[in-house]
Amino acid sequence: MRNILAIIERELRAYFISPVAYVVLTIFVFLSGLFFRSILAQVLQMGLMSQLQAQQLGPRAMDMPGMITRGFLSTMSVILLFVMPMLTMGLFSEEKKRGTIELLLTAPLTDLQVVLGKFFAGVTFFLILLLTTWIPTGFLYLYSSPASGPILTAYLGLLLYGLALIAIGLFISTLTENQIIAAVLSFGTIMVLWLVDVLANNADSTTGKAVLTYLSIISHLDDFMKGVLSTSHIIFYMSLMLVALFLTYRSIDSLRWRG
Amino acid sequence: MITVENLTKRFARKTAIESVSFQVEKGEILGFLGPNGAGKTTTMRIITGFMPASDGTVRVDGFDVFENPIDVRRRIGYLPENPPLYLEMTVVGYLRFVAKIKGVPKEKIDLEIQRVMERASITDVQERIIAKLSKGYKQRVGVAQALIGDPPVLILDEPTIGLDPKQIHEVRELIKDLAGNHTVVLSTHILPEVEQTCNRVVIIDRGKIVAVDTPQNLRFQLQGAERVFMEIQGPAPEITSKLKAMPGVIDVHTVGSNDGRHRFQIEGELKKDIRSDLARAVVQNGWGLYELQSVTMSLEDIFLKLTTAEERE
Repeated sequence: MRNILAIIERELRAYFISPVAYVVLTIFVFLSGLFFRSILAQVLQMGLMSQLQAQQLGPRAMDMPGMITRGFLSTMSVILLFVMPMLTMGLFSEEKKRGTIELLLTAPLTDLQVVLGKFFAGVTFFLILLLTTWIPTGFLYLYSSPASGPILTAYLGLLLYGLALIAIGLFISTLTENQIIAAVLSFGTIMVLWLVDVLANNADSTTGKAVLTYLSIISHLDDFMKGVLSTSHIIFYMSLMLVALFLTYRSIDSLRWRG
Repeated sequence: MITVENLTKRFARKTAIESVSFQVEKGEILGFLGPNGAGKTTTMRIITGFMPASDGTVRVDGFDVFENPIDVRRRIGYLPENPPLYLEMTVVGYLRFVAKIKGVPKEKIDLEIQRVMERASITDVQERIIAKLSKGYKQRVGVAQALIGDPPVLILDEPTIGLDPKQIHEVRELIKDLAGNHTVVLSTHILPEVEQTCNRVVIIDRGKIVAVDTPQNLRFQLQGAERVFMEIQGPAPEITSKLKAMPGVIDVHTVGSNDGRHRFQIEGELKKDIRSDLARAVVQNGWGLYELQSVTMSLEDIFLKLTTAEERE
């Protein structure tokens, strides 16, 4: 456990010594603020419209804070798609390039400890990113009283989604010595997992459609955003993460054989 | 301390080492000598558990590298050919990280870092960023890293590569200093290094061991003849024939001449000192003797002899 913590700590230091952490944080906070603002404006306009309609058709219930958080946190999943590869690109590729992988793999550590250390380093940084989204969400709490349930499930969904993305990126960074290649490949892979949803809509057979929809990394987020907790979605993200972590572990093993 | 038996490593396209066997005793410095690409690094990587072997076994302090990798790694300090340094860290920060992953108890970490920094003479740069250090210092940080946790076995891959002569000297002294308490295996393709630092030499070429012995024995065994170099003033053909006729002399070659002085290389029978006889013969014949010197075969010659022998096969 101490070994894993040491790896996490070193990796976090490396994030914050290099410009990567600051660039990623800045862009993430800026973009999330920007999106929050535009979603807020949209929802306010919708509210105004429905008020006008209410004068003619009678009052209708409208969960404005809920609409805002749902819109905002769904958008976060898109931003994360771009940001995550930047967090994971160097995790193993840099070690390979610098030769420090030889230190890690000859230290009295198991390969699993190395993989988990790297994974949780990425996860820790991701949690910091998620924390920053509490700035806009916090304002909602300050000026309105949103229902906390859907917000919590939405965050749980984002968390699971993020863990899966990190595991995928981690695996890909074991495949190359080049950070840029790792980032582009991770981005491409996640993008494909995103776009199967679009393919699903064009699928002919219903089974094909069901399979493709199930595979889509984004379709599983919808229920979380609506405040619905469903085991099948949790299992989807968890298994995606575990498969990617297992592949990472095997990739390190094969790295040893190939030298 | 280290037993290597029939070690073989095959890669997809080539066999890096084949049936390599040797032993290293406790407290010994073993030199691993061979041209680039001979399989030195591969052998070391297998011993340290970085890489599994295709065949054969390695035991370190009784533990099998494949079956008890963690026990073996705990006993080994390893300096790979490229020191595994995180360039953005300070020297102290880096060594602290290494101490943690090597499982040095928390309360002993600071003391241990101080100890290895003193050992590797890097205390003066402890707060510097590794990227800003000179190559010699980086190499020493690499050595310090290997010493953390005081492992009984040190595996050093080309520890003096890329250093200037003064730094090379320092690193060699450090290694000699470490022997006794540590068992050291070091690889090099620089011959004097082996002669100066190692108790025993394993010469490896194209993945196979061609010789294992002490540097002295290797030289003695392979020498085959005593050689004497002489510079004499006088008639060359007469000198050659007269010296050749002397008892104990096997052969005489002319290796050059200058201003009526001729240089000869004389091969004598093994373990027979013919130098005084040669000097007397020169004086008795009235020639002028300018130089007389016995020539010992350097490890370099032996190395070339061993590694080129195979080529002729």
